[in-house]
Amino acid sequence: MLELLSGFVAELRAAGLPVSLTEHLDAATAVHHVPLEDREALKYALGATLVKSSSHWRAFETAFEIYFSPRGAATGAGAGGSGPGDATEGEAGAEGQPAPPGAGSLSGAGGSAEGLSAEELAQLLYRALRSGDRGLGGLAARHAVDRYAGIEPGRPVGGTYYLYRTLRHLDLDALLERLLADERAAGELTDLEDRLVADEYRARIDALRQAVEAEIRRRLVLDRGAEALARSVRKPLPEDVDVMHATRDELAALHRALRPLSRKLAVRLGRKRRHRRRGPLDFRATVRHSLSTGGVPVEPRFRHPRPAKPEIFVVADISGSVASFARFTLHLVYAISTQFSKVRSFVFVDGIDEVTQLFEQAEDPGEAVYRITTEADVVWVDGHSDYGHALTEFDRRWGDEVTSRATVLLLGDARNNYHASGAWVLDGLQRQARHVYWLNPEPRQYWGSGDSIVDEYAVHCDAVVECRTLRQLEGFVATLA
Amino acid sequence: MSRFETIPSVAQGLGDVGYVADEGIAGVVFLADRLEKPVLVEGPAGTGKTQLAKSVAELTGSRLIRLQCYEGLDESKALYEWNYRKQLLRIQAEQVAEAGGAAAGTDWHALEADIFSEQFLLTRPLLEAIRADEPVVLLVDEVDRVELETEALLLEVLSEYQVSIPELGTVRATQVPMVFLTSNNTRELSEALKRRCLYLHLDYPTLEREREIVRAKVPDITGELADQVARIVRSLRSLELRKAPSVSETLDWARTLVVLGVESIDAAGARDTLHVLLKYQSDIERAARELLAAHA
Repeated sequence: MLELLSGFVAELRAAGLPVSLTEHLDAATAVHHVPLEDREALKYALGATLVKSSSHWRAFETAFEIYFSPRGAATGAGAGGSGPGDATEGEAGAEGQPAPPGAGSLSGAGGSAEGLSAEELAQLLYRALRSGDRGLGGLAARHAVDRYAGIEPGRPVGGTYYLYRTLRHLDLDALLERLLADERAAGELTDLEDRLVADEYRARIDALRQAVEAEIRRRLVLDRGAEALARSVRKPLPEDVDVMHATRDELAALHRALRPLSRKLAVRLGRKRRHRRRGPLDFRATVRHSLSTGGVPVEPRFRHPRPAKPEIFVVADISGSVASFARFTLHLVYAISTQFSKVRSFVFVDGIDEVTQLFEQAEDPGEAVYRITTEADVVWVDGHSDYGHALTEFDRRWGDEVTSRATVLLLGDARNNYHASGAWVLDGLQRQARHVYWLNPEPRQYWGSGDSIVDEYAVHCDAVVECRTLRQLEGFVATLA
Repeated sequence: MSRFETIPSVAQGLGDVGYVADEGIAGVVFLADRLEKPVLVEGPAGTGKTQLAKSVAELTGSRLIRLQCYEGLDESKALYEWNYRKQLLRIQAEQVAEAGGAAAGTDWHALEADIFSEQFLLTRPLLEAIRADEPVVLLVDEVDRVELETEALLLEVLSEYQVSIPELGTVRATQVPMVFLTSNNTRELSEALKRRCLYLHLDYPTLEREREIVRAKVPDITGELADQVARIVRSLRSLELRKAPSVSETLDWARTLVVLGVESIDAAGARDTLHVLLKYQSDIERAARELLAAHA
């Protein structure tokens, strides 16, 4: 057990979780106190001792599924083990059933032919979802994997493709439609009920999807062992995901993480502004306060310093090459603009437009980002980034408004399509403004390659920061202001 | 020494005092007792973090000592403080006695030993929890509000269960209190603090658990209505709202419905009482639009 635990901890560390030696020891002690046959209890014991941040929980869960997966063919532990009557009945039905020859053509992936026919499986799925029975759902997931995943032993893969293949055959969207149609046919539903029923089925289908994923993982572990599989399914933590290459799910996770981050930053910056320096001696308050110590001014009182209000100019590239980064930064700009009093935001491709208004009017970041991408007038000639023209234009239209209290933030990859750089604008901005920072979403080793001219701009900036992940971004904003 | 027998007994016990615990919560509480470690409870507002500590105190029959954290909290408010007014009086009384003709009775060392003794000590929550003879549960509420430097204060208390007072020496706990720290996650807590704690993330409950919570806390509610409440709240949480409804708001809503004598929620009834659940006008509008008027 201890060896297994060590392997598990090593895997967590490799996935990026900061697990210290004390925590490892705690986990080892904790394991003694929980019944080992209770898998859920073990999971929470390890979770409580090893994982100290909610954003790491998913990575932990994945690793746990792999290292402590229920071994043996049909333990059914992962499926909750409810409804044994249904399960045995289904199992018996499955064994008594010879492979129907016609169904093989449906599973072009060459899945194993034993098990249920396509229709029976669909029927089973339908029943499982309709009744919301977990045991039945687990059974359906097992059969679905049997039939459609077509797992090839020994292949060093993480199972994403198997999952995709299984789900494509199950066609859960159509199933959802069918379930809803049946519900509606069964009785008159009000709008509210309709919505609730749909949400309920969506939740059940999600559970089914997870059951399928767990089943595939379990089989892969049986095939190749925990360590090898863990290596293939390892995913970066949300704060380490490369924004430029994030998948849709990862982006969604990023946006969720961004909201508490912006609040955290606001709290931290607010604190910093309040506590940085004491103001001059407040004579009146000191005398007043000294009355409680018999007129001896034991504790001098100070005036609160007037908080400096940083003015922030955000200039963001929203062209296609940095599209996902741009959406992410726009969310960030929105977060910043709700926390600071004076934020002005500009977006450009080859033309440039001010979007401060849009951010102020919008209720939530999603709406703001949508309106910016549809309404902002940012295309000048052909819709390919032209930093030179955008910067010149910025200088002409708003250059005078950049004061010595302003901080200018430029976001972009500085891939200029071989246009003129317009770096002289930055030179001027740096003289005028308090700080000029450049955030580049590209990895540092690509800087200056091809049409990237970030080095040319860098000489005129206080700092050029590589900003590919949430962690890097958090680090940068903490140094700001 | 240990307070609990098994994990299910923790869940059962918490259920008896009106706290619906899932397996994760019960497991962590059980481990906290066995490993004698503090629990750091993190999660969105209104998911029952503080209530957990209160319920554990009630379950174990312990006294609850609460330290509410805020910005600017310092040693004298969290640990202990010398009652310097009383000390001044003591010194002045000495002077008066001397002036009154009594020969210089006590020398300075005796006086010093006297004014730095326990009767001049004002105990604050942390020290109080350490010195208590009876079983106590210490709740350090919203620990993320204190500054990073103040957090360090907690470390000695939490890992060694002792407090060092320079004039008195080290005070050790006679019995290890159960400690709960809650955090709303407005900032990252230091690694040192996290390392010393068990971590429990309290998220919004699952549908089943929320339904149970509603039924446990609002006894007059019918099963059907509780189910409806839980399902509507789950759907609301899946929308992108500025502030998702918390468990306490769910309970408020359920109580409102019971008081109004609602048997079953329809669109109109829901619209009239949504303001109990949602606290922003834009959220209410959006929920009404998405949930009540939406036509699939």
